[in-house]
Amino acid sequence: MIVAQRKTIPELQNIIKGHKNILVLGCGTCVTVCLAGGEREVSIISSALRIASKKLGEPIKVNELTIERQCDNVFIETAADEIKKYDAVLSLGCGAGVQAIAERYPDKPVYAGLDTAFLGILESRGVWTEKCAQCGACVLADFGGICPVTRCAKHMLNGPCGGSRVERCEISPNQPCAWQLIYKRLKDIGEVDKLKKIYPAKNWSKSLDGGSRTIIREDHRI
Amino acid sequence: MTEHTFEPKILAFCCHFCAYASADLAGSMRLQYPPGVRIIRTPCTGRLEVEYYLQAIENGADGVLIAGCLEGGCHFIDGNLFARKRVTATRALLEECGIDKERLRMVNISAAMAKNLVEVIFEMVDTVKQLGPNPLKISRTILKEEILK
Repeated sequence: MIVAQRKTIPELQNIIKGHKNILVLGCGTCVTVCLAGGEREVSIISSALRIASKKLGEPIKVNELTIERQCDNVFIETAADEIKKYDAVLSLGCGAGVQAIAERYPDKPVYAGLDTAFLGILESRGVWTEKCAQCGACVLADFGGICPVTRCAKHMLNGPCGGSRVERCEISPNQPCAWQLIYKRLKDIGEVDKLKKIYPAKNWSKSLDGGSRTIIREDHRI
Repeated sequence: MTEHTFEPKILAFCCHFCAYASADLAGSMRLQYPPGVRIIRTPCTGRLEVEYYLQAIENGADGVLIAGCLEGGCHFIDGNLFARKRVTATRALLEECGIDKERLRMVNISAAMAKNLVEVIFEMVDTVKQLGPNPLKISRTILKEEILK
């Protein structure tokens, strides 16, 4: 799932400056699960913005709406009537959601209320960790399901760097060494021989380095 | 409202199993506490959402007091511990909004601690008196005055 976190209230105030009638638009998918932009967070952020603006003596009208998915036109259309009523939209969707809304309403200012952080999982309650860098050419099959591209700070593909200390990455004592995890995991599943394979330099053009990506499935196009 | 006559309106969310009972006991013991305190009974402080605190402030409460069971004594095991975390997060959010975090406070009170509850209420009222009325009310008054001009 996409993991994001909210911007601070002063940051948000700065973003919506000049608008008197705002719609805070939540998204019911990933950002709801990561507790950043769902119905509840929309309510909290709206209330906080009303409080902050009243405190400054410049009260603004802030209303709330949460749709099922901001990155899907079918759901964006359900918000069409509501969006028309406001000067601007403060989207609490991920970066994709914000852009989808902005494209759909070319004459309406649409602002991002969240900092979209990464693709990750819920590690434990209130803790999310990054697991996938969306490199476009998955190597997980060779590394026991542990991604060296994402979880090794140097994205090493041919073994550890030598900077790890007591199974921890040199960048932080809280960060486990991905290569330590990979070695343990491959040993446990009896596939340690896979480490003998030498990886050539990775083709990063399939990643964001090659520009923003498009996938076309002709069999599904209308 | 001038500062001399300012009697803060405090919204107190009291847990049914402890603080609400202690407020009841305070009544039976004839313990006086400031009349500006409005008590709302809640099944557990863990039931309270961040929105409740924010909306109380937004709608003009000068202070919000959350009174839950003693730590380890929650009827629902850990509701009051969750409430404490939410209150801490909301205090930080209020600071971001420019509202003094001391307007929101959580205390732990058992059903027998009527005296402590009254003390806590007095402390809260004193703190809020020093902070002055809810600034959102002031800005509203200023706006009204500007409109009347």
